[in-house]
Parts: sequence; structure tokens; C-alpha cells
Amino acid sequence: MKKLESTLLNMILSLTIIALVSGASLGFMNELTKGPKEESRKQKQVEAIKSVLPEITNNPFAEKIPVAVEGQKDSLFFFPGKKGDGLSGMAVSCFTYSGYNGLIKLMVGFNMNGEIFNISVLDQKETPGLGTKMTTEPFVKQFIGKNPGQFKLKPTKDGGDVDALTGATITTRAYCEAVQQAYDGFMTEKEQIK
Amino acid sequence: MSKLNTWKIFTRGIIKENPTFVMLLGMCPVLGVTTSAFNGLGMGIATTFVLVMSNLVVSLVKDFIPDKVRIPAFIVVIATFVTVVEMVLEAYVPFLYEQLGIFIPLIVVNCLILGRAESFASKNNIVPSIIDGLGMGLGFTFALTILGGMREILGNGTVFDLSLFGQDANMMILFILPPGAFIALAYLVVIFNKIFVKN
Amino acid sequence: MEYILIIIAAIFVNNVVLTQFLGICPFLGVSKKLSTAAGMSGAVVFVMTLATLVTYLMYNHILVPLGLDYLRTISFILVIATLVQMVEIMLKKVSPGLYRALGVFLPLITTNCAVLGIAIVVLDLPDPSLIKSLVYTIGISLGFGLAIILFSSIREHLELMNIPKGMRGVPIALLVAGLLSLAFMGFTGLV
Repeated sequence: MKKLESTLLNMILSLTIIALVSGASLGFMNELTKGPKEESRKQKQVEAIKSVLPEITNNPFAEKIPVAVEGQKDSLFFFPGKKGDGLSGMAVSCFTYSGYNGLIKLMVGFNMNGEIFNISVLDQKETPGLGTKMTTEPFVKQFIGKNPGQFKLKPTKDGGDVDALTGATITTRAYCEAVQQAYDGFMTEKEQIK
Repeated sequence: MSKLNTWKIFTRGIIKENPTFVMLLGMCPVLGVTTSAFNGLGMGIATTFVLVMSNLVVSLVKDFIPDKVRIPAFIVVIATFVTVVEMVLEAYVPFLYEQLGIFIPLIVVNCLILGRAESFASKNNIVPSIIDGLGMGLGFTFALTILGGMREILGNGTVFDLSLFGQDANMMILFILPPGAFIALAYLVVIFNKIFVKN
Repeated sequence: MEYILIIIAAIFVNNVVLTQFLGICPFLGVSKKLSTAAGMSGAVVFVMTLATLVTYLMYNHILVPLGLDYLRTISFILVIATLVQMVEIMLKKVSPGLYRALGVFLPLITTNCAVLGIAIVVLDLPDPSLIKSLVYTIGISLGFGLAIILFSSIREHLELMNIPKGMRGVPIALLVAGLLSLAFMGFTGLV
């Protein structure tokens, strides 16, 4: 077959057809993947909540409470964990932009005394092998059972109580900052949520 | 195009015209995502998919596209498949989606893909175009996995997350950091050219 | 003051080429001579800022309100390609001098991943106001210029050096880039 000539009409027609076909197929794909995308995002949060709260009988994800943070576009989210009727703990999803590569998102679980039950990392772009060690057990262990009221959430270098990750002080600092934010938020909201 | 040539078209992309080690095309993802062998492999497969599909479509529609607007037309085709990859990864492989991040949409501007569409698929029929895309894609995947593996082993002591030297081994962290990407690639280019591309 | 900090952070700490790996192709491709490298960086500063301005407005005021944000990648690359064409045509008419200096680099910019990359990155900034996004983009593009100009002046010197045969050309250039990147890591934590 002979190639179409480059007349104005041909050019406009062919480009329009291509754009329409691609736009339509993308719209179709978007509809197709919308459900699974939502599902995978939700699943990640549900699993994180489960891992940072003690035994619970409710579905904290369904009782999500958003709390705006002043001067930031993201919000904190509170997920109340209940055993029977009583509140047994609170999972707080918090964030910071001061990581080595920007955003770090954590899920921090507190019991009702304000002690940290466990911490899980939701989102991070830190340097593999350095900052990413914040997801490993030896690092997280030092936070478990601590109450940020007494336990100073800062690397030892800055006069705090947290052993920084080797070669990733900035990550550690950001991590602590996010946990602190979660704790402060939890303390101010605690009374109202009950 | 005779049958004999098919094999040649296929292997050309893997060795003699390897897009990464020999042609040095599409370097951003090569350096940016290869902090681990797994990431390199994932990026390679995503790129191969886009490459094969865009070669296929371009060779199908090449007669209906006037010469003067062929580049924008190719870009639209490529961008469509990249968006498809982006959606599928986000929905079904969220872990990889987060790891590769910004480099997924940037597959659009990988010069390798536009280059193959322009220099091969727009002049050849469907079958050779697919073979060419597969060969180039595999060559790219191979390079990314090797580079990712090398950086992961040297910098972190693991490969595909399997620990090689025990938990506390002190590794050359430099190779995981940005400078390590340049340095590791420099040596791989030398080695690859020495072994496979004798002048 | 805040804006100056953003610019410094974007040039040194988050250098687009040496720490974020965007725009590697022109970084390696047009850095053999200092003069071409300077021309390229001029063109990039211009196009990147313009492109981010347009894509930012388009994304926030057309795509998001219409629920079409999944068309982000495809629409951004088309806008950038069109923009580059328009800049080329206008420059030819309005300022032939500038066109002669930057003209050859303009077509190359469409496939410069830094332009598309930064247009996408600014959408995820912690404070995504238009002014801050633009200031950040200008800083980033200046960072690109700084990296490529430094790199090309080193490469000019390399031409005169006695380098082992296997390392000549690309490998030694990559090593130099690695050392530059190492040097820029020293800026970590500056801002």
C-alpha cells in the first residue's frame, strides 16, 4: 500500500483518530483498574493497622477519622482499635517530607497510655540499604513500649534517645519527627475521640 | 526479509547493539532504578512490554500516518502503552509501582523506544518489528538486572533480597548511592565491550 | 528568603542530574564541548520553566476537575512536544540571534526526561503552590545547567589526557560523572 501523503487534511485526520483511539482505550483501562487500585491501597492500610495494634475486634479502617494538620496538604488519620466496646488502642497514619528523598509515611500504633505498640512504614523513598533499614526489626524495636512523653524522639546526636541508623541520620530524624507528630496528634485528639 | 535474518534481528539487541552497554540509550532508568536486581528486572520487563507493543502498533499503522506527523503519532502510541503499564502496576504490583516511582511515566521519553519505532518499526512488517522489540527489550532488561545485581551485591550484600554475607557484613554502601550507579555502569560498559564487541 | 532556600536546595542538594538521574541523555550526549553544553542548559532553563507552568495549570485546572488525571503522562508529553515546536517557531521570528544559539538544542529537549520528570515531580511537592513550583523548577533547571557545564569542562580536559584504551570515551565520562555526583553528595543536609 502507498503511504498517505502529508496533506493538511490527512495529518489532522490521522492524528485525531490516533488520539481518539488512545484516549478511549485509556478510559476503558482506567475503569478496569480503578477497583483493584483502590483495593490494593486499602489492603495496605488495613494490614498496617493490624500490625501496629494489639488484639482488636472491630474494623478500624471503617472508623477512620481524618485530622487536618496546619499548613500541610496531607492529613493525619486516626484508626480507633476497639476490643469489645472499649477503646484499646489507636493507629495513627502520619507523614513527613523531611526524609532523605522526601515523603515518609508511617502507621504508628499507641495503646491508651500513649505507649507505642508498633510502627509500620507505609511509604518511603529512602536509600536502599541505608534509610530503608528503618523498616527492619532492630530499629523499630527501640520504639516499642516507649511513651514519647518521656522517651525523647530524636537521634542521640541531637540529644535524644533514638539510636540512629548507620549512615542515615536524616532518615532517622524524619522518622522521629513523624512519630512525634502522630503522638502529639493522638494526645490532643484522645479526649474527644472517646 | 528472509527467515535467516529473524534470529539476527533478535540477538542484535541483546549483544551487538545492546541498548545500554553499547548504544547508551535510555540512560535515566538505567541509573535511576538499579539499586537492586529486582527493580532492574521490573523496569526491564515494563520497558520491554511498551517496546514490543509500540513496535507492533507502529508497524501496523505506519501506512496510514503521513510522514510529517509521524513523531507525534508515535509518541501518542507509546504514551498510551506507558499509561497502561502504570495503571496495571499500581493495581496489581503496588510494591514495584512504589519502587520505580517517577521512572514509570518516564518510559515515554526513553529514547530507546521512540528510536526503535522510528528507525525499525516504521519501515518493517509486524513480525520483524515484534522480534526487534523483544530483542532490544531483553537486552535492556539483561543490562538493568546485571547492573542492579552488581550494585545490590556490592552495596548491600544481597541479591534479589537474598543475603550473601550475613546480616552485619559491612558493604560498600557507595554502590547503592547515586555515584555508585555511574561508577558501576562505567566498569560494566568496559567489561561488556571487551568480551562481546571486539573491534 | 524562603525562595532562595528552595533554589539552593534544588541546585545543590537535589541536583536533577547527579542525584535524581533525570536528563542523563543530554548530560552524556551534549557535554563534549563547553559551548554546546552552555547552549543546552540555556534552552533547558527556558523550556523547563515554561513547560512546568503550562502542565501545572493544565493538570490542576483541566485534568483534575474533569477526573481525567489518568491522562497525565500522555497529555504532558504532548504539551511539551507542542511547546518546544512553538518556541522554536517563535524564536526564529522574534529573536534570530537567540535562535541561532539555542535552535539546534530545542528538538532534543522533547525527549529530555528532566522536563517531563520535573513537570510530574512538582505535582507531589509538599507545598504545591504555583509560585513555589515555578521557583523549584527554575532551581532544578539551573542545577541541570551547573552539572552539565562542570561536566563538559572536565571532559574537554580529558581529551588531552592519556587514558587507557578501554576506558576512553563513555566509560571515563561515566566515572567522572560518578565523582561529580560524589562531590554533590557533600551538600546533603545543607538546607
